[in-house]
Amino acid sequence: MASKVIHAYYNDDDILMQAVKKVKATKHHIEEVYCPFPVHGLDKAMGLAPTRIAITSFMYGCLGLIVAIVMMNYIMIEDWPQDIGGKPSFTYIENMPAFVPIMFELTVFFAAHLMVITFYLRSRLWPFKKAENPDVRTTDDHFVMEIEVHGDENGLMTMLQESGAVEINKVEK
Amino acid sequence: MYTFSNRLKIGAIVLMALGIVGMGVGFVSVPSTPEEAKAMVAAHDDGHGDSHAEEGEHLAEDTAHAGTADHDAAHDEHLMHQLQNRPWSAVYVAAFFFFMIALGVLAFYAIQRAAQAGWSPLLFRVMEGITAYLVPGGIAVFVLLVLSVMHFNHMFVWMDADVVAEDALLQGKAGYLNPTFFLIRAAIFLGGWILYREVSRRLSLAQDEASDNRNFVKNFRWSAGFLVFYLVTESMMSWDWIMSVDPHWFSTLFGWYVFASMMVSGITVIAMITIYLKSKGYLPDVNDSHIHDLAKFMFGFSIFWTYLWFSQFMLIWYANIPEEVTYFVTRIEDYKLPFFGMVALNFVFPLLLLMNSDYKRINWFVVMTGIVILAGHYIDVFNMVMPGTVGDQWSIGIPELGAVCFFAGAFILWVFRALTKVPLQPKRNPFIEESRHFHY
Repeated sequence: MASKVIHAYYNDDDILMQAVKKVKATKHHIEEVYCPFPVHGLDKAMGLAPTRIAITSFMYGCLGLIVAIVMMNYIMIEDWPQDIGGKPSFTYIENMPAFVPIMFELTVFFAAHLMVITFYLRSRLWPFKKAENPDVRTTDDHFVMEIEVHGDENGLMTMLQESGAVEINKVEK
Repeated sequence: MYTFSNRLKIGAIVLMALGIVGMGVGFVSVPSTPEEAKAMVAAHDDGHGDSHAEEGEHLAEDTAHAGTADHDAAHDEHLMHQLQNRPWSAVYVAAFFFFMIALGVLAFYAIQRAAQAGWSPLLFRVMEGITAYLVPGGIAVFVLLVLSVMHFNHMFVWMDADVVAEDALLQGKAGYLNPTFFLIRAAIFLGGWILYREVSRRLSLAQDEASDNRNFVKNFRWSAGFLVFYLVTESMMSWDWIMSVDPHWFSTLFGWYVFASMMVSGITVIAMITIYLKSKGYLPDVNDSHIHDLAKFMFGFSIFWTYLWFSQFMLIWYANIPEEVTYFVTRIEDYKLPFFGMVALNFVFPLLLLMNSDYKRINWFVVMTGIVILAGHYIDVFNMVMPGTVGDQWSIGIPELGAVCFFAGAFILWVFRALTKVPLQPKRNPFIEESRHFHY
């Protein structure tokens, strides 16, 4: 789909935030903002849907907890019961306090690792992937706001100029 | 300026009056002879034996009954002492609980000062208001300790010279655990904490009128110094005032455990009072993000508390050394419901209720969770003190609730009176702008 977009460059996150709010207010569609670092509150200003990664994190945590319980039950109770420190491994519940650290650690382990993997998959990131950002300066000290052009192109350009953009490019995508 | 609403004031005074009645009933109804004590416990069993049948308490009572025939006088006397201890312990637990809230807030406040936190200066006056209770609360606890030393009660058995004479372990500890040194230590702890509180409050108020930041910098230094003093003295205080009710038993992380409890209760009270003041139209600049941050601390410290609770439990459970494990054996046998119930109140509830980011911003949600947390941590103190003082003769009845009402009333009265004295918002704190724009 060939469409025309405008790349507006900023060199300060506060100015960027103001500009994003201004562009949103004039009902222009911001395709994407490329940043060298996460800008706090930018997702809200752009009107992005709230992240659901916290929900997946909770589910992964629950999964980790279940894995820990099933695993310790198999290892320590069913497969090879041992009498450690005068506490014979007859039932899971009697030995449960000894397994709590493992339950805790696996909950954290699953939540953390699977959340990162989910994030990579969802952002379509994988090793050796070619970078999508339009300008290498967005990995250093510049922010780029990508706006779709509909109708009044000149009005949008002047507004961006006024919003503190340091550079504005028209790009065919 | 905040004005103390009449309704709240009357409410607090009514609470105190009810509390005095409750505590009075508790003190009047103690047995004065071993026979009376025996009769009281027997009457209690007749009345409640059936209804308690399912709670497992019945079993314990039955075994106690089986021995009735060869009950010796020593046992009856022990029972009498336990029953006599009950109203004292009830008062002591409640007094310590509310004192602990003020002390926890003081530590939290000092951390904010020492860290030069930017989000919290709007809440400093609220925190200073709560720490004002350190003086009356500290005096109440100190008076109770003095009365214990003077043998008005038998909460601390090591204070009894006859007991020590027959106990090699207590003789070994007598160099540290003796009444004189005990009171000297208590005076040093309280003196140091109150001194810091007063100095910091004065500097905080002076900063509002000053033309430079000298007072602010001084306050930073005092706070950093106080935290060092506090971490040492808080730990020793928890050994002295709480752990020594079980003088044979010891735990090396006990100080941390009590610390976690006081921090989470303190932060909860800051959140609740802030929300209350906001609901009355004060503190206009405090926004959802401040509440959110406090709720995050409530959540975090609840988990920290559980971590320490479990660490203490698991090591002792695993090692299974008789001298150590008795602590948990008494609690699990005689205090099953409060002991495990508090884990639900202090861990499961805050974990599930405050996990969601959005819920941390809903004021009534934070208040409801706060009530659960405070109840849970009262029971925590209860579980720490009662098994050593009243044994299996515990109950949460009129003396306990009366004592809680009394100290809650005194706490509200004192804290809100302190809040009326100065404007609720600091003027010239260098971080006040940052705090006002604090946004998560």
